[in-house]
Amino acid sequence: MMRIALVGNPNSGKTALFNQLTGSRQKVANYPGVTVEKKSGLLRVAGDQYEILDLPGAYSFDTQSPDELVTRDVCLGLVEGEKRPDLIVCVVDSTNLRLHLRFALEVRALGIPMVLALNMADSAKRRGITINSEALSEGLGVPIVETVAVRREGARSLTDFIQSGMFQEPRKAEDIDFHAEAKRLISEAVYVPSKTATLDDTLDRVFLHPVAGLGILTLTMFFMFQAVFSWAAPFMDLVDSGVGQLGQFVEVMLPSGPLRDLLVEGLIGGVGSVIIFLPQILFLFLFILILEESGYLPRAAFLLDRFMVGAGLSGRSFIPLLSSFACAIPGIMATRTIQDRRDRITTILVAPLMTCSARLPVYALLIAAFIPDRAVLGMFNLQGLTLFGLYSAGIVSALLVASVMKKMRRSNEVQTLMLELPAYRMPNPRDIVIGLIERAKIFLARIGKVILAITVILWVLSTYPSPPEGWQGTAIDYSIAGRIGHSVEWIFAPLGFNWQICVALIPGLAAREVAVSALGTVYAISASVEDPSAQLLPIVSSEWSLATGLALLAWYIFAPQCLATLAVIKKETQSWGVMLTAMVYLFGLAYLASLLVFNLFN
Amino acid sequence: MTLPVTLAGLKKGFRATIERVEHRDENDLISRRLRHLGFVPGEEVVMITHGPLGMDPVLIQIGFTRFALRREEAGRVHVTEVSSI
Repeated sequence: MMRIALVGNPNSGKTALFNQLTGSRQKVANYPGVTVEKKSGLLRVAGDQYEILDLPGAYSFDTQSPDELVTRDVCLGLVEGEKRPDLIVCVVDSTNLRLHLRFALEVRALGIPMVLALNMADSAKRRGITINSEALSEGLGVPIVETVAVRREGARSLTDFIQSGMFQEPRKAEDIDFHAEAKRLISEAVYVPSKTATLDDTLDRVFLHPVAGLGILTLTMFFMFQAVFSWAAPFMDLVDSGVGQLGQFVEVMLPSGPLRDLLVEGLIGGVGSVIIFLPQILFLFLFILILEESGYLPRAAFLLDRFMVGAGLSGRSFIPLLSSFACAIPGIMATRTIQDRRDRITTILVAPLMTCSARLPVYALLIAAFIPDRAVLGMFNLQGLTLFGLYSAGIVSALLVASVMKKMRRSNEVQTLMLELPAYRMPNPRDIVIGLIERAKIFLARIGKVILAITVILWVLSTYPSPPEGWQGTAIDYSIAGRIGHSVEWIFAPLGFNWQICVALIPGLAAREVAVSALGTVYAISASVEDPSAQLLPIVSSEWSLATGLALLAWYIFAPQCLATLAVIKKETQSWGVMLTAMVYLFGLAYLASLLVFNLFN
Repeated sequence: MTLPVTLAGLKKGFRATIERVEHRDENDLISRRLRHLGFVPGEEVVMITHGPLGMDPVLIQIGFTRFALRREEAGRVHVTEVSSI
């Protein structure tokens, strides 16, 4: 099968084009370095099939950066067991030709058949940039197609070209100065009225202002967490009452017995307690997606760079760390755009301290149980403030941990930033909706697979063996889960965790939200007989002390509860040492913080 | 009046032409990277703004592109100041 690679500068729209060609839904956003690994898909036109490769963006093949090396190796055919691409589609941003043509010339020098895709052809026209593509194609010696990757049918010219099969090796150019050549080509074939859009200038004056810019950044983050709590509330009530009604319905419909108990206590009690957090997760992602699409994120990196250097990180760490608010796994993978290995490892080690969305259900449950829903200073909600505080606690500890690591490595080596700030873009509502749907799917799939399975297992473990006649305690005390919980209780007793929490922490290792569903199951089983599907929230707020609740919150700021994160740390760093370091220091911090909080409030 | 300065020393809102990019050692990855990003002699650059702390990093417009550079990095780019914009 014909192998076609999409190559080009960062943020030129390769992945958007890839999605168009293959019908995939790979993540696209408006900052350089969204794609850090090779992705492959199938293009089908008129009965023919082509393999399309989406590669990380690169400024040059002469590079040290792990993501750019992927691109270089694929293009040079250095990847074992893979043939060189048969065609390179070199994707360039039509509004940024000077930089992008330089790399296109470097790609041309590989001697692989190539076509130049003038992407964002629509924005170029809007800015009054006129490109004489015939003259450019002539000068470059490479065929040219115009594309608008974000629009439907925007890749039509490219598929037509691929189908025509008129691939030719570019003519060999002697050792030329790529810059000078790019400049010459532009002077011959391109007319540019003004260098950047005036709107971008104005926006940058505000958003990058030393004082106003930082203020806006803080307010944005703050607003985001407020919104997660207050805007999502009505939707959560809706889901909650739906789950409750389903529970009652099943209870009425089924005869009493183990099956009904499993469904009501295990599935509806357990899964239902997690699923109500879907609205909050979607609101969080609504903000993240808008920030990503708008081009604001690299600006935030610019504003925070110096602060982050002070803490032993880099402005480049900002985007991976922000992604970690969604989930540490893509965040850790995004560190591939950090060239300096030690900066990268520090970023990887502190990424789990960013509050990932899987922690949101745990936080939300505990906040709702222990923090009064009250207005503060007239405009802020105390629960929202607490959530903001928990997120901040994660961030502050990450900065502290990073600066300790910096002291320990005592390096004076110069680190690099060199970050491109893209043009601002109005987020496209369709992309945002698609992004949210994808996110909801991921969340529901996790519930459907991991959480469901663990909940069922946990229900079985908490129900069997059944206690003998005359057993004094509750049934769950006699069960396997109850015994396990009791047997490890002494480890966590200094933190104020009861045995039910201990039971929930163990399956929480697979996925943090499971801790909530596990508590749901454990308490549903131990709850009074007349109301087996009792809601978790009132139980937690009446059975736990405030100190226990807060200690558990503190635990979740730090605890490396998710095995998948540890696995990805190992994979990305190729080092057991780094992974073990992460595990040990995170557990240590979690234990210390909970101990401190519990004793402070007890 | 033209004064020899580096990009790190260029004032906000000033335009300049790149004279040369300094190699601090044999294998200066930063200066090599700067070249790939288009910082080559003869190019015109504008200092757009700087970060909130210690005026670091600086935001440089070159051609159609804006790059955030640390002062350390920008210090390698020697320019001739032309004018304010």
